[in-house]
Amino acid sequence: MAGFPILSVMLLVPLLAAVACLLVEARTARWTALIATLVNLGLGMVLWANYDIGGAQWQFVERAAIFSGFEWKLGIDGIALMLIMLSVFLMPICIGASWEAIEKRVGEYMAAFLLMETLMIGVFAAQDIFLFYIMFEAGLIPMYLIIGIWGGQDRIYASYKFFLYTLLGSVLMLIAMLWMVHEAGTTDVPTLMAYDFDPKVQTWLWLAFFASFAVKMPMWPVHTWLPDAHVQAPTAGSVILAGVLLKMGGYGFIRFSLPMFPEASAQFAPLVFALSMIAVVVTSLIALVQHDMKKLIAYSSVAHMAIVTIGLFAFNPQGLEGAMIVMLSHGLVSGALFLCVGVIYDRLHTREIDRYGGLSINMPYYALFFLLFTMASIGLPGTSGFVGEFLSLAGIYQISTWVALVCTTGIILGAAYMLYLYRRVAFGEQKNADAAAMPDLDKREWLLLAPIAAVVLWMGVYPESFMAPMRADIAALDARLARAKPEGDAHLTAPKPKAATTTEEHAAHGGAH
Amino acid sequence: MDPILFIVFLPLLAALIAGLGNRMIGNVPAKLVTTAGLFISCALSWPIFIAFLGGNAEAHVVPVLHWVQSGSLSFDWALRVDALTAVMLVVITTVSALVHLYSWGYMDEDPDQPRFFAYLSLFTFAMLMLVTANNLVQMFFGWEGVGLASYLLIGFWFRKPSASAAAIKAFVVNRVGDLGFMLGIFGTFLVFNTVSIPEILVRAPGMAGSTIGFLGYRWDTMTILCILLFIGAMGKSAQLGLHTWLPDAMEGPTPVSALIHAATMVTAGVFMVCRLSPMFEASPIALDVVTYVGAATCFFAATVGLTQWDIKRVIAYSTCSQLGYMFFAAGVGAYNAAMFHLFTHAFFKALLFLGAGSVIHAMHHEQDMRYYGGLRKHIPLTFWAMMAGTLAITGVGVYWLHAGFAGFHSKDAILEAAFASGKEAGQFAFWVGVTAALMTSFYSWRLIFLTFFGKPRWAGSEHIQHAVHDDHHGHDDHAHGGTHHDDGTAGYHPHESPLAMLIPLGVLTLGAVFAGWVFSHAFLESAEFWSGSIFYNEHLMHAMHEVPLWVKLSATVVMMLGLTGAWYAYIRNPGFPAKVVGQIDVLYRFVYNKWYFDELYKFLFVRPAFWLGDKFWKLGDIGFIDRFGPNGAAWTVQQGTRFAQKVQSGYLYSYALVMLLGLTAAITWMMVR
Repeated sequence: MAGFPILSVMLLVPLLAAVACLLVEARTARWTALIATLVNLGLGMVLWANYDIGGAQWQFVERAAIFSGFEWKLGIDGIALMLIMLSVFLMPICIGASWEAIEKRVGEYMAAFLLMETLMIGVFAAQDIFLFYIMFEAGLIPMYLIIGIWGGQDRIYASYKFFLYTLLGSVLMLIAMLWMVHEAGTTDVPTLMAYDFDPKVQTWLWLAFFASFAVKMPMWPVHTWLPDAHVQAPTAGSVILAGVLLKMGGYGFIRFSLPMFPEASAQFAPLVFALSMIAVVVTSLIALVQHDMKKLIAYSSVAHMAIVTIGLFAFNPQGLEGAMIVMLSHGLVSGALFLCVGVIYDRLHTREIDRYGGLSINMPYYALFFLLFTMASIGLPGTSGFVGEFLSLAGIYQISTWVALVCTTGIILGAAYMLYLYRRVAFGEQKNADAAAMPDLDKREWLLLAPIAAVVLWMGVYPESFMAPMRADIAALDARLARAKPEGDAHLTAPKPKAATTTEEHAAHGGAH
Repeated sequence: MDPILFIVFLPLLAALIAGLGNRMIGNVPAKLVTTAGLFISCALSWPIFIAFLGGNAEAHVVPVLHWVQSGSLSFDWALRVDALTAVMLVVITTVSALVHLYSWGYMDEDPDQPRFFAYLSLFTFAMLMLVTANNLVQMFFGWEGVGLASYLLIGFWFRKPSASAAAIKAFVVNRVGDLGFMLGIFGTFLVFNTVSIPEILVRAPGMAGSTIGFLGYRWDTMTILCILLFIGAMGKSAQLGLHTWLPDAMEGPTPVSALIHAATMVTAGVFMVCRLSPMFEASPIALDVVTYVGAATCFFAATVGLTQWDIKRVIAYSTCSQLGYMFFAAGVGAYNAAMFHLFTHAFFKALLFLGAGSVIHAMHHEQDMRYYGGLRKHIPLTFWAMMAGTLAITGVGVYWLHAGFAGFHSKDAILEAAFASGKEAGQFAFWVGVTAALMTSFYSWRLIFLTFFGKPRWAGSEHIQHAVHDDHHGHDDHAHGGTHHDDGTAGYHPHESPLAMLIPLGVLTLGAVFAGWVFSHAFLESAEFWSGSIFYNEHLMHAMHEVPLWVKLSATVVMMLGLTGAWYAYIRNPGFPAKVVGQIDVLYRFVYNKWYFDELYKFLFVRPAFWLGDKFWKLGDIGFIDRFGPNGAAWTVQQGTRFAQKVQSGYLYSYALVMLLGLTAAITWMMVR
């Protein structure tokens, strides 16, 4: 692998294909996009296979100076690797999901998706802070177009809202980046991650980054763009929005906010906890009363992302790893849930929950997949959802039992709204004749859902495959954060007969700090 | 390969074949593969149990797969086999195999049989994973897995709104308990830095006297951990407060009620407390909590059981009540007695449920006992099976011979242990337990008398009317209403169930008759049998034998009283219950309506949740955040950019412009640096 610029190639393949798609007619564009994304999936597998677990922190590093310190610098650690894998895995599925649903301006549509793939991989692979910024912000433009052009009835409002929110944060973040580069004298991300900024300045820098990442996440109360964007976006747009774009906020926290501003992160952890607790309870309750399937799943996303943020700010390996697994799992599961909505939307052209019912009768395999993803969404052990949620909550418990308690109510509320949804869609009588006449999954839909189902179970039963590459990076981050780690409220005091149990106490403290 | 691997994974394999194959492979292959899988599992389980009985088996752990490793938190998939697991293995696989067989008959006309059998086998797999867990997280896996299977099976007839509502209720109420379980696991990890059960159990006694923070207060470590874990057990085992899902779960097909909601899943909470018994022993307060909750449930459920008319609901409340016995046995430290009652209860309660299923089958899906009566002669085999179950649950036996039906041995042991424990909570539990035993005897015999004795009252049943009506259409040339039956049968002829249903009844009858007598010594008096798999309280076991004679006879006496009372009220003087009800109308309605728990919860939790969700959405998100956030900003922007023709592309340009400006600024700064 030495010397082969695989990351640049992975950026280039979809880019070239995007240009090609603009020039050809619909059928060819579809195939071009599918082949390009499959090639990138293959390259991703090569990347994963050649990633040296336990080797250097940054691997596949490529650098080429452009001008005055601004570099084309790519490289990945285990965290970035996993997120890149998520992106390249979901991409062919998105193309497949759009195969029949998109009929107008197919070439442009495929080009927008391919361009987005380039930018998403770019976000995760960029090692120059400005390169990251460009990818991070530009990645929204194709999404903006996808919602605005191929979206539903209120697409203009939705895309505008999406844009307005994200604009808010990005300006502040850019200013902060400029200041940081000025202070540290480098645009190199790994160097910045090890740079110790003055804690007083950290506060402001942290807030500037937070403005951007909190919107992307999205955290309560800057989440209201998400339900609208999801509802209006075409199916594949929702899949990639939930699957990958929402992960950029979390990635931002783990790559920038936490390692670069550890003190400020500790200082603002209570804010993050408060917003996350509100998000879990409030958005879960809102999800309970939704009549629109996509809106329901969108609100559930906000609740799940809150589990990510508490994990990230738990300052221990369980929290960090849990947050990463929740991100990967949510990417797969909510993507799959949106696909499930898409399957029946394509047949009946409505997202209104009450228009369906009794689908277990005429679409048994669909009902089975939908059930699996529902269960993964509510964190049933054995699915990917559980591993992340469990670790994340186990992490936060060591910092604050209150936050753990409030956020764990998410498992009750989550079960309530998802099962209520499932009941209304799949159970009951077939009260609508047109819904009762819908055929079960066709071959194409099987090919979209089955791979995700397989990975969801894989990640639930043997998450080691996904955690091993990240372990060293999480440990490094944990070590970096150690100095700012807050004291947990649950700490153990010595038992009365001291002599016998000093070792246990040590061990317990080791876990708590 | 260790046989435990086959025992656990054969049901999973069978479930996958039957579930995914479904209509492609057809009914009979799906039923064959699942039933055969379970019988093999069962055949492999008994030798393990017998080996532990004979004292020539070692506890061991079979590793399966690495699961999670995160910092110092690490847990694997592994199967633990020890005496406690062995008990559960035979209970689960035996009842499950018999229920599979029974379902051949009971579900014969159902269009979705492969799905049903797949769910049954899936449930069995999850339950086996639960009892073989070597760490708390795998136990939680099994815990949630059985919850899923229970959800699917309760909602099996998903066309019925009541069935899918009951399914959701079961899952969500259980999740309330799971919240406690999860927090308990987190706390345990924080304290012990491991979730491995054997390691925790070894170190738990050393934690006595330490404190831990929880929700801003300092607590005794073991007390808070045990109580959190016990909340999980309360959910799964339907203890008072979290019991509301169990009666509704009767919406599922009757074989499901027998397997999941009587013999196995609902006993998972008892199993958990016994598995973690050294932990609970480290906290007297937690033990008292377990005792009081168990005793309260035991009493509460028995009162409700007295008044219900639905045959399955009577048995469901009876189950709830018997679980209460098991818990307070554990609470006073008699874990072996709790496990013994779990063991015998599995046989006789599965028998009662399957017997009830046979009655329902014979009575064309009528479940209301008011429309039964006089069935003894029509379905004699079912009658005798139900009799055996009733003799077992009411604890019929002769003290001086040390012989009796299954419940005689286990229930008496529990009452004696509660009395002998010398604790205040134990005394309380003893008296409550004796009272509940009186009620148990009454409602159990009430069920028998209403169903099998007296005159037929079938004519009032809609189900029977339907059956007769259809029958006339099909086979008879009689004109409508041409025949009059004054004997209350409406011309209906109940038939005994097919052999596939009678064989399980027969086998379980053997269990209900002999399980107590045969295994009493091993469970109650043999520390060697348990070989450290539970906390074995030698002292308490001795004290049990020393209790006064009246304590030992108390259960038998109240059993006789209950029998006599039921006989008087339902055979000798059938008008009597109505008179009593008339006297205590308010109390009766309170009990009949299950102490209004459902109404209370609806008022306290369900309605507010929907109301709040609606308000948060319409007032919070739309009315406030959007109004003053993006919409407000939009209004401002629109005022400034009225000249822009196309709003949409206008924003795109402005967005690109901001980016461009930003980049230009960055690059400029680079160059002038």
